[in-house]
Amino acid sequence: MLEQYLSLFIKSIFIENMALALFLGMCTFLAVSKKVETAVGLGVAVVIVQTITIPVNNLIYTNILKEGALSWAGLPDIDLTFLGLITYIGVIAAIVQILEMVLDKHFPKLYNALGIFLPLITVNCAILGGSLFMVERDYNFPQSIVYGLGSGIGWALAIIGLAGIREKMKYSNVPKGLRGLGITFIVAGLMAVAFMLFSGIQL
Amino acid sequence: MLVKIKRTLLDPVFNNNPITFQVLGICSALAVTSKLETAIVMSIAVIFVVSFSNLSVSLIRDYIPTSIRIIVEMTIIASFVIIADQLIKAFFFEISKQLSVYVGLIITNCIILGRAEAFALKNPPLQSFIDGIGNGIGYTLILIVLAFFRELFGAGKLLGYTILPLNTEGGWFIPNGLLLLPASAFFLIGFIIWIIRTFKKEQVEED
Repeated sequence: MLEQYLSLFIKSIFIENMALALFLGMCTFLAVSKKVETAVGLGVAVVIVQTITIPVNNLIYTNILKEGALSWAGLPDIDLTFLGLITYIGVIAAIVQILEMVLDKHFPKLYNALGIFLPLITVNCAILGGSLFMVERDYNFPQSIVYGLGSGIGWALAIIGLAGIREKMKYSNVPKGLRGLGITFIVAGLMAVAFMLFSGIQL
Repeated sequence: MLVKIKRTLLDPVFNNNPITFQVLGICSALAVTSKLETAIVMSIAVIFVVSFSNLSVSLIRDYIPTSIRIIVEMTIIASFVIIADQLIKAFFFEISKQLSVYVGLIITNCIILGRAEAFALKNPPLQSFIDGIGNGIGYTLILIVLAFFRELFGAGKLLGYTILPLNTEGGWFIPNGLLLLPASAFFLIGFIIWIIRTFKKEQVEED
């Protein structure tokens, strides 16, 4: 039983890494990876939001939106799956907003460290993508918690790694046209190739 | 007036391309371009969503309170994405399976929210609509170039028709398997940026 969760956890961090294997959250991944410090802040924020939103969306999906899920209310024929997208993004936006207020009140230090990254997370496709994959693969509630935590950590790991490489790159002589964005793409590509190493692992 | 419209339409295609210059909407550009067919369907969906969400946001721009504007914009965008998603499922079911979650992810495609924030909130409806189409075309251009190279040299095919006969099927072409892997899209975009910046020196970043 525990094995199953552990393998899902490892799988969501390494084998199906959100950033380097599924290409989710790329905009922020490339734009906010100039410094390790900010990358760590953003990574932590993503882990927190991901671990909360995926289980919450899972509950909403299984109890309200899924075909036949409303039978507890006496409406067994209703299928609301088409409302999925708009519900998930609403939930994500709301949770990010609530989290922002809670952090501001009770953990001002962490709130200041995360700064503008919290609101930015709403439009991070890794978060919405996590919820959509959860629905597509039909995870149950405990699985969705593990998946949320694992995929968040995987994404954080990738952005911190990229930021580390970019900091070191200050000392290299990059061709003029490639400077900045261009070389970042190529570095991310090389990281993705390195992460493919994990894809052979069977769990 | 006509000159202005033309500029709004063409500027995002070449000078201010959303993918190579503004770094927006990369996720889907990488994930759906291993085949030309999926890239085309995805592009049409994005053009539809970005132009109409720009138009709608612009129409109600004077009535949106600034503090909740993001949520209003997200709701508008999500509604159009649901329309696009349902249409693709109805008419291109096979392709919708291949696109999997990436149609839904148009919602968080930063091009769309980015244009709504940066352009539609400040400009009249017609111009916003055209700006949306222009940005959609800029996105399409990069997607199609990527998909063209990846499908042609990775699988020897274009739109499913064999162009370069593969050596495994008795032909002469040895396909480059790396191009079918998602990582290759990173390299290709990197090189496209390099090419563009070689000709457009003002885009080069100094650091």
